[in-house]
Amino acid sequence: MDGWEVVIGLEVHAELATATKLFSGARNEFGGEPNTHVDPVSLGLPGSLPVLNEKAVELAIRVGLALNCVVQASEFARKNYFYPDMPKDFQISQFDQPINGEGWLELPDGRSIGIERAHLEEDTGKSTHVGGGGRIHEAAYSLVDYNRAGVPLIEIVGKPDLRSAEDARAYVSELRAILVTIGASDGKMEEGSMRVDCNVSVRPVGDEELGTRCEVKNINSLRSLGRAIAYESRRQVDLITSGQKIDQQTRHWNEEDGRTHTLRSKEEAFDYRYFPEPDLVPVAPSAEWIDEIRAAMPLLPGERRRRLADESGIHPEAAALTVERGLDDLALAAMDLGAEPARVLVHVENNLADGQGGLTAEAFASLVVMETGGDLTATQAKTVLADLVDSGGDPVDVAAGHGFEAMESSELEGLVGGLITDHPEDWEAFVGGDEGERKKKSGFFVGQIMKATRGQADGRVVNEILERLADGT
Amino acid sequence: MSAVSLAASVRSGGRSARSIVEDHLAAIEAGEDEIHAFNLVMADSALERADRVDAVVAAGGDPGPLAGVPVVLKDNMCTRGVPTTCGSRILDGWRPPYDATVVQRLEVAGAVLVGKTNMDEFAMGSSTENSAFGPTHNPRDTSRVPGGSSGGSAAAVAAGFAPLALGSDTGGSIRQPAALCGVVGVKPTYGAVSRYGLVAFASSLDQIGPFANSVADAALLLEAVAGHDPMDSTSIPAVAPDLLGVLDRGVEGLRVGIIEEISGSGPTGLEGFSPDVQSRLAEAGEALAAAGAIVEKASVPSTVFGLSAYYVIAPAEASSNLARFDGVRFGLRVDAENTVDMNAATRTAGFGDEVKRRIMLGTYALSAGYYDAYYGKSQKVRTLIVEDFARAYESFDLLLSPTAPTTAFPIGEKVDDPMLMYLNDVCTIPSNLAGHPAMSVPFGVGDDGLPVGVQVLAPANGEPSMFRAAAVLEAAAGGAL
Amino acid sequence: MKPDSDVSVPGRITRDDVAYVARLARLNLSDTELEAFTGQLADVLDHAADLEALDLDGVAPTSHPLPLSNVLRPDVPAVESADEVDHRLFCDEVLAAAPAVEENRFRVPPVLGEAP
Ligand SMILES: [Mg+2]
Ligand SMILES: [Zn+2]
Repeated sequence: MDGWEVVIGLEVHAELATATKLFSGARNEFGGEPNTHVDPVSLGLPGSLPVLNEKAVELAIRVGLALNCVVQASEFARKNYFYPDMPKDFQISQFDQPINGEGWLELPDGRSIGIERAHLEEDTGKSTHVGGGGRIHEAAYSLVDYNRAGVPLIEIVGKPDLRSAEDARAYVSELRAILVTIGASDGKMEEGSMRVDCNVSVRPVGDEELGTRCEVKNINSLRSLGRAIAYESRRQVDLITSGQKIDQQTRHWNEEDGRTHTLRSKEEAFDYRYFPEPDLVPVAPSAEWIDEIRAAMPLLPGERRRRLADESGIHPEAAALTVERGLDDLALAAMDLGAEPARVLVHVENNLADGQGGLTAEAFASLVVMETGGDLTATQAKTVLADLVDSGGDPVDVAAGHGFEAMESSELEGLVGGLITDHPEDWEAFVGGDEGERKKKSGFFVGQIMKATRGQADGRVVNEILERLADGT
Repeated sequence: MSAVSLAASVRSGGRSARSIVEDHLAAIEAGEDEIHAFNLVMADSALERADRVDAVVAAGGDPGPLAGVPVVLKDNMCTRGVPTTCGSRILDGWRPPYDATVVQRLEVAGAVLVGKTNMDEFAMGSSTENSAFGPTHNPRDTSRVPGGSSGGSAAAVAAGFAPLALGSDTGGSIRQPAALCGVVGVKPTYGAVSRYGLVAFASSLDQIGPFANSVADAALLLEAVAGHDPMDSTSIPAVAPDLLGVLDRGVEGLRVGIIEEISGSGPTGLEGFSPDVQSRLAEAGEALAAAGAIVEKASVPSTVFGLSAYYVIAPAEASSNLARFDGVRFGLRVDAENTVDMNAATRTAGFGDEVKRRIMLGTYALSAGYYDAYYGKSQKVRTLIVEDFARAYESFDLLLSPTAPTTAFPIGEKVDDPMLMYLNDVCTIPSNLAGHPAMSVPFGVGDDGLPVGVQVLAPANGEPSMFRAAAVLEAAAGGAL
Repeated sequence: MKPDSDVSVPGRITRDDVAYVARLARLNLSDTELEAFTGQLADVLDHAADLEALDLDGVAPTSHPLPLSNVLRPDVPAVESADEVDHRLFCDEVLAAAPAVEENRFRVPPVLGEAP
């Protein structure tokens, strides 16, 4: 793929975390017995009418604010097409007047990805294909459950600003983190509450003009997103380099064979006959309402990364994992209490993958202070930290319980002296070597001491002793 | 006997609801074969209901303003557990699992549902000949149509089968049959009566309204069903106005304009109005003037474009509203190899020609490349009509026109010429496009001895003055008839 | 495939147009019906041609007769536990009214292709 650039734009549908559906009081709950979270509206029964859910609008506005969109007066429209999982045979969506106009999302590496719009619409029901191994084309018949029909969705249409599968995954991860942080969605791709459609095109590096794109549907995980983009871009490059043209198509990602397959071409595109939904009136959120929602917004992942970076003096991208794990508040509090930032972040990355458990900011801070003060070795600190996460408590007590006591310097000096006597060539090399050689040999000595003390020694103190003894010779 | 006095006698214990219902069931028994006003007569449940009303009275309670009064419903309003057909085969066997808001309100008001009335399929028509269950006959002359699409409701009231009926009006479907059957028919302001549970034809135009033998009875029924409903986003968020209390206030000082363009009298107006209809309109104007109103000619020029705009907008909305009749969840299914063919086979067998015609017309008007030329343009014409009315209402409190260009026409005369049929609605359509209230009041007869209706139009929420003028016309016509 | 169309001045509706919209609307028409409907639709659309004479530049479209906005519903389930019995009844009635049901789901013949 050398010499080719992949251009990707994503459309993400996320189910909003409301108690009820977008246009009626039927429950918005995943699963449940088939056709029980229904009412005349979500079944599209004759005579039923939609009434807009206030919470769904509020969550949509939160999404808009989080994505730096213009939040604006909006209208609903009908998108007409026949499909059995769509009860009215039209979807109520937003067309030319979405509630959120243009905006942008900042990736952890600082790049900004354009957002075209983020609009409200209703979800469809779910079909199960019976017979033919559950595949749609070979099924004997299908069964439809309308529990999901009418669940509020926000469709976030991104601009074609992504350039690789990694970009796309970073974008979706970041978007999911934002949606979860602001309470708009649970972001569970595996339950289908977040679904990604992917527009892919390729062009020779340096070309300004966009290539013909294909839309890839049925991507159910971050992993398949990456695989689908890799496959589809390769396919397109192969076609072009073999002298063929790209046909603008909608394609289906097949997880099993790892390929995309034609669903339909542009010529078969649907004539949706959009027109303003006459059963609903316009939604024009007032400036006061928007301000109120803005004021109640929590800090977003990007802001949290920046905050942590400012405090700890590291690069925002390096703060990403801590924020992703939701441990930035803990880390910041520990730093406030005097813990060394770098040490705090090392522990979060290496030893707190499963969350903070019973660990308080106070305990975390005093543990790190003990460690950096030489009262605990790194290995001991790790052991104590694991206990604190499991069952809380005070690190001083926990360390004492393990019998961890800082080894006296004089004791260590004796050990180091014995080691030098036993390994004179290594000592010569350490004393007389260049920087690289010196480093290598210090590693050897520290390792031997650690072995001898079963991790009780402090590596930094051992190094200090080595330096001192070398200077003295 | 009027609905007002029937309700009063039941509430006071003077008469049992059961006896009233029995009388009306007897009238239906005697006349229904000839008229065919009903798709369903609910004799058993009506008698049960009447007994419950009587029990409330016996226990010293108040069963409500419509206590024991028989009411019939156009068959496009959902009644839980009771077949609702919309005059179509496609809803074969469907019993809605819920009640329309108006049905709930009638229950609260103490009314007794007596039956579901015949209609043009999905309310598309002006003669009730487009019902899958055969035409309804005009009780004034059974060789003629009752008008439509709420022809069954109009005929039921005119035949004495029930003192009150509800219909729906998208382009004149209450007012035109009311005129042709010689009863009062009201299309309220858009949003005055909840549409929840009314099977939609054209959502931005549909309104439920009453039929009655008198203006007062119509007011009684409208008061019972009107008022804000949180289940309908387009419901007016206000308390419905008092109508019965203002009926006797007269029209002294009200300014009334006769719309030239839709009465066949202006130079730029529409044609096809019969001279006797025009004479009755003139006499109605004189009657209002005699009662103290200031009556003048009025011009609402864009009303002449109403018909064209309507026959794009209404089919467009209908094409979408009627998509759900696909054989998947309710009603008819004609099986086929796959879902696409099943949908098509079901719809082909289930819908009649007029419905197919309008679905295709609306689909075409919305389809890629034609939206701006048809739907977009018609929505702009709608704006012109709204603006023209607003200008007229700067000078007038009320407007006047014929309800329909002619009296009732013979069954079969126009059914094969859709465009000729559509012309029946020229006077009534503008109010639907503007969302304004309008009502038809019987005012004398034509040369053929058949009833003529006069239409009173008012601005949005202008029902109180509209009903006052209607009451004056009713009193004047009583002398003339 | 949709026939070519001109946005500003649409020509008279053709048989192909009617066949196209019939397919879109899921209606099967015989040749005779196609012929008859084409003529009737053309009559109605010819009548609408009188709108051509109007100057509609700068006129805003009206899609709602009522000037309402922001009609919103609180996010509260309509079915409280007290009505659970009635809700069950409703669900049963819905399924009982369906043309074909299996395992409390609506049964349909094979679906041709994915949703758009
Ligand atoms: Mg999309
Ligand atoms: Zn979408």
